[in-house]
This record gives sequence, C-alpha cells and structure tokens, in this order.
Amino acid sequence: MAAAVPGACWVRAVAAALLLGCCGAALAGGVQDQAEQFFRSGHTNNWAVLVCTSRFWFNYRHVANTLSVYRSVKRLGIPDSHIVLMLADDMACNPRNPKPATVFSHKNMELNVYGDDVEVDYRSYEVTVENFLRVLTGRIPPSTPRSKRLLSDDRSNILIYMTGHGGNGFLKFQDSEEITNVELADAFEQMWQKRRYNELLFIIDTCQGASMYERFYSPNIMALASSQVGEDSLSHQPDLGIGVHLMDRYTFYVLEFLEEIHPASQTNMNDLFQVCPKSLCVSTPGHRTDLFQRDPQNVLITDFFGSVRKVEITTETVSLDNDLAGFESNLPKDELATEPLKYAEQLPVAQIIHQKPKQKDWHPPGGFILGLWALIIMVFFKTYGIKHMKHIF
Amino acid sequence: MAAAAAALLLLLLAAAAGPGRVGAGRARRDALREELLLSPLPAGDVAATFQFRTRWDADLPRGAGLAVLLKAERLFHSSYHSQAVHIRPICRDASCLAVSWELRQTLTVVFDTFSSGQGKKDWSLFKMFSRTLTDACPLASQSKVYVDISPKNKEKELLEVTPAPASVYEAIVQGDKRTYAVYDLLSPSLFNTSRSLNVQLKWKRPQDTELPTPVLHAQRYVSGYGLQTGEISTLIYNTHPYRAFPVMLLETVPWYLRLYVHTLTIITKGKENKPSYIHYQPAQDRRRPHLLEMLIQLPANSVTKITIQFERALLKWTEYTPDPNHGFYVSSSVLSALVPSVIAMKDVDVEQSPLFTSLFPSSDGSSYFVRLYTEPLLVNLPTPDFSMPYNVICLTCTVVAVCYGSFYNLLTRTFHVEEPSRGGLAKRLANIIRKFRGVPPL
Repeated sequence: MAAAVPGACWVRAVAAALLLGCCGAALAGGVQDQAEQFFRSGHTNNWAVLVCTSRFWFNYRHVANTLSVYRSVKRLGIPDSHIVLMLADDMACNPRNPKPATVFSHKNMELNVYGDDVEVDYRSYEVTVENFLRVLTGRIPPSTPRSKRLLSDDRSNILIYMTGHGGNGFLKFQDSEEITNVELADAFEQMWQKRRYNELLFIIDTCQGASMYERFYSPNIMALASSQVGEDSLSHQPDLGIGVHLMDRYTFYVLEFLEEIHPASQTNMNDLFQVCPKSLCVSTPGHRTDLFQRDPQNVLITDFFGSVRKVEITTETVSLDNDLAGFESNLPKDELATEPLKYAEQLPVAQIIHQKPKQKDWHPPGGFILGLWALIIMVFFKTYGIKHMKHIF
Repeated sequence: MAAAAAALLLLLLAAAAGPGRVGAGRARRDALREELLLSPLPAGDVAATFQFRTRWDADLPRGAGLAVLLKAERLFHSSYHSQAVHIRPICRDASCLAVSWELRQTLTVVFDTFSSGQGKKDWSLFKMFSRTLTDACPLASQSKVYVDISPKNKEKELLEVTPAPASVYEAIVQGDKRTYAVYDLLSPSLFNTSRSLNVQLKWKRPQDTELPTPVLHAQRYVSGYGLQTGEISTLIYNTHPYRAFPVMLLETVPWYLRLYVHTLTIITKGKENKPSYIHYQPAQDRRRPHLLEMLIQLPANSVTKITIQFERALLKWTEYTPDPNHGFYVSSSVLSALVPSVIAMKDVDVEQSPLFTSLFPSSDGSSYFVRLYTEPLLVNLPTPDFSMPYNVICLTCTVVAVCYGSFYNLLTRTFHVEEPSRGGLAKRLANIIRKFRGVPPL
C-alpha cells in the first residue's frame, strides 16, 4: 500500500506530461493542417464543358439536364466566359414547345432553366464530335471566337458533363455520328500532355455510361457515370402539359444534391458518389478514382462545380506604368471630307435600267471545251493525214 | 392571321440608307434614344415595335426604361417576331464633313390579343408583357411610347386610351395619315399619379375587321414534288389605284436547287411583263448560290406572278444535316421599291421623331422607300435512307456466313474417330459405386 502511492503519483505525473505533450503536438498539427488545407487543391481557375448530344423534340430531357447543370455551375460561381455550353437542339424555340422560350426541368413547369441569360456556345449543327474534340484539345482554327474556346491552363480544374444516348463504349452525337471511349481517353491524354488541366471531373449521364470511362489512362481524372455496362439510365418524370420526359433520374438527384451546396460548403466527393442509390435510380451509378491522386474525401465539390478563388490580400500599393498617361493621344484623328457628304439614292431606277452590261474579259477556252476541240482536231488529222493541213492554213 | 402577317410584312422595315438630304440636324454624341410603337391591327393583334438608337455602341441597360419589357417568355408567345440590327454612317453635324456611326436595334412583335384575351380585343402593357414601365432608362436622352389611335372613317370615339396622353402626334406613315398618342417617359408629369405606366386600350364599339391592304405586298411559295419538278412562284401585289412603280426583286437560291432560267416567266394581268433590268449569276456547285436580280414595272392595281422552275440535286451523303427530312431552307427574296404615297408627306425632323424617319423614310415627300422580305421556303431534297449501309453490311455478312461458311465447312472439315477416354478419377469412383449397385458402368 505504502509503495503503491508514490508509484501512482509518478504514473499520474507521467500521464500528465504525456497529455501535455500530446496537446502541444496536436495544436502544432492543427495549424499545419489549416495551412495544408489552404493549398490543398492546386487549381487557380475553373472551367466547365457541358455537352448535350441529342437532337429532336423527344430528347427534351437531355437539353434540360445540361441546362440544369449549367444553372448550378453558374450559381456556384463559374462565369459564362469559363463555360463552354454545347446544345445539339433548340428546345426553347422548337415549334412543338407549348411554352416558347422556356425549358423546364420540373414537372408542373416549376423551374425554367432556359431563362433570359443563357449563353449557348455551340448550337445545333455545330455540336459534332470534331468540334467537341477540338474544344478539348485546343486545336481550333484561329477565327474561332473566344467564347467557343476552352482556354484552360495547367492550373485549371475542368468539369466535363455529357448527356445523351450512349451504348457500350460509345456516345451518340446528333443521331449521325459517335464518339468512342478510346477517342475520349486519347483526347484527355492530349490534354494532359499539353498541360491543359490540373484535375478533371468527368460526369456522364447516358445508358451504359460506365463504359465511357473504362479506357481513361491519364492522371488526375475522376469519373462518374449514371449506369454500369449493360444497364440503361432511366428518365425521371414526364410532364403531361409538355408531353415529354423532363429530366433523367441521375441528373435529377445530382441536382437535388447540388441545391444544398453553396460556395463555402465543405461537402466532399464521397457524398457525390452516394447520390443516387439503386432504389431511386434503378441503375447503378459508378465512379472511378484510381487515376486521381488526392483522396476523394479531401476533394471539395466546389473544387469542380464552383469557382472558389483563393485571394491574397496585400496592403502595399502597386504603382502602374507611368507611360499610360500618354496613351490616349495615339487615337487616330478623323479625316474630314472636302465637300459635304450625302446619302446615295435608295433605288436609282434610271441608273439601273441604263447601265451598260459589264465587259467580261476574254479568257482562252479551257477545260472541257479545250479537250473537245483537241479531240476533234486529232481525229481529223488521224483520218485525213497531216498533209491536209494546207487546207486549213 | 395571314392577312395580319402580310400587313405586318409591310409595316416592318430595314432601311439601308436614310433620306438623301444633307445634314440630318445636330445630334449629340453618346445619345441613346429608345422608342416603343404600338399599333393595333384590326384583326385584334397588336404590333409592338421597339427601337433603340445610339451614336456609339452602348450596351442595353437591363433594369430600366423600355428594356424592362423585353422578357423572352412573353415576346416569343406571339404570332410574328423579327429582330434587326442596322449600322449606318450619319452626318456628325450640319456641314456633313465628318461621319459618325449610328447603331439601331429594332424588335418587332405581333401579339395575338384576341385569342389570348378571352375574346376581347382590349389590351394593356401588362397583359402583353406582364410588366409595366416604371421609369426611363438613365442613359437615354429620349424615351417615348407611341400608341396608334388613328380614327377610322373619321369617327372619334372608337377607342379610348388610358392614361390620357400628354400629347398627340400626327404623321403620315406609308401614305396614310396616322395619329399617335405620345407618352414621354422622361417628362416628370407622367409618373405623378402612379409609379408605373400601364397603357391600356379599350375599344368602345366593335369595329369592322376590314384590313386596309398595303400598297405593296408579296407572297412566295414553292410547288412541285419529286426530283425533276419544282417551281418557285412569287406573287407581287400593287394595290395603288392609279400609280405604277418599279420594284427590284433579289433572289438568292442555293445551288442544290438547279434553276432553269429559260423557264422564268413574269405575267401581269394575263400578259407577259418584260423586266427593265435583269441580272443573273448562275450557281457553282458547293461554292456559290444562284443570284437573280430584276427590276419589274408594276402597273397600277395589279398582281404580278413570277415563276421559275428548278430541279433538285443529290447531295453527297456527308453533306446532309443530321435531320435531313426536315427540309432545306431557301432564304427570302428581297423586294425594294419606292412606293408613291396617296397623301403628300412632309419632311419629318430627325431630332423630333427618329423612329418615324428611320422606320418610314421618305426623301421627297411623294414616295417612301420600302424593303420587303418574303417568306423563307422549306424544300425537301431527295434524302437517302441513311440506315442502308448498316442494313447492307448485315445482310451480306449473313449471306456470306451462311452460304460460304457452310460450304467451306463441308469441304474442309475432316472427321476422325476418337478413342473413348478411360475417364478421370471421378468417373472411376462412380463406376465402382455403380458396380456395387449392380447398374451398368458409365
């Protein structure tokens, strides 16, 4: 008994010392954790490429899918200049649309996802496999306007969402061509080799969608699909007023999930993977994270869907270039005419009637006519012999 | 509806160049002018024409002024809709030695208030746009709403406009004397009584639905089916009682409709009408469309029919669009004419009413310039069956597999006797058990 007490005291002291030590270590670890969190994802800007590949009125739901994702992505902060929206058909202005200029995503016409400020970059016949691959790889003709380009760099996180009709290993574009999973994987590899993305999230909502991400082999790609190989993705709800199905199930539940996300939320990718269980979706959604370097637990939803900027506040002033003051004097001066200008006549009938026909320059005969004449002359000489040339000259 | 649309085809303009006089007055730079013209058409429709003019290109501010009425869901719920952007040089000052650029954006919509208004022809801004005007655009130097209250047959009390307009403006528009009620959004007295302006029009008496036909209107249609037969017909109507005038017709037809120019006929009042000027540039396959330009004299009170036959071409199978059975569009033909007006028109000052000078321009008061666009045509080209390559491959592969394959098997398959194997361990055990049971072995 007497020997136990000093032992207990000693144990208690050691325990206390250990506890203090642990606390200290934990505190230091906490600060480091926070600093680590700040630099967790290495991206500085966000891009989104949203593609609807289906044409015709009965594929209304694919356009509604894409537009709903577009709305969510805009709401979370990605500006129109960083979104490439490709819609293969114009449902809002379709003659069969009972409510023109609207595309609804909920039945009873609750939510108009077309709105007043949608910016469609590739519309109608421009949504082709070639244009899609050109957008991804950046091999675009120089005359393409800026809004149609994916100007990402090696610090961009890109969200790619595709919807339409698909099969085992392919996705149908506009009922006339397909893109295969091998082509897509090669396009992503080109993007990686050209350093066009930091991390890529690929979401596909089609039948047998999981086959599209089977062939990826570039790093930093995370993929989600609405159904496995051999399963069909189903549509959600028809609207009897419009007469077609308005949304697909997987996208509907993903959007319900995204409704709760705001720019500051800390929800991570694991929650997104749970989004549509088989009971709700009837198909089994799948995902692929083996190419992704970070743990999905640590990846925020807003890393891809939102445009969260990391801001550094500085208190020192930066002086701009002094030469800017003389910049305005370089504007060209307007040239003044010597006599007053006036408009031309709108319909100068007299001039039109009496104009001389334009003199066409004489060109020597070429092509077919030349060949015909050469044949005739050759036949003539063959028949009558060359000495008869004197009859001509 | 077609009559209203035809009437509106006339009301609608795209003036390429303004009047031919020097110096359109002094206009300031950076002046944005917005105007809304509402004309009720007798069939119950209302035509609303918005116009925004600015010296430099200023972005349309969305929250105020007339732009508040531009909401897509109401604007597209209409019978007719047209947008245009015009850019033209104008004199910077009276001496006209320097040129400024003017950007004009117009939007014309025909609302069918009769069918959407439960049988009454009364309309209001709120019913048409589901919004009212609250104030003028802060950038605008002029912001006006004009409502056409022209009395028909000199009866004054046919209709009533509320709120009462501050001023009334009379103009001769397309040879017709029209009266407009003017609401100036920039005048402070307009929003004194209520914060928002909701212009309402009520018809006091049911008026006759007789539509005054415009002096010049046109129609175009395509007939003929099959690969070889096809005909484009254009009908041009001149309803002026005693004046004839020339009209310039410009048609661009895509190369895959092969026009036969020797079948071009122009018939007026049963007789052939030779055009005063004709210019034709044939198409080059896949490079250039047909261009046909003619100056035709239209006699007074007549109908002119211009027909030209064509043949459809087969496209290469990669040139078809993803939905080829929809058809291919032929763009509208353009008719330009200086239409003589029944009533002499006086020069309208550009400053006071820019809408009228640009929408209904007139250079000398006796005629006004009109540019009409006919309907675009939808033509069905012979469309191949795109599933045929797949069908052919399946069929031939099946035939080859069945016929040649079985023949090949028959020729090359050899048969040899196979020794029955002694069987594995499981078989031997089973045989032992069977021997015990007294059953023949496997």
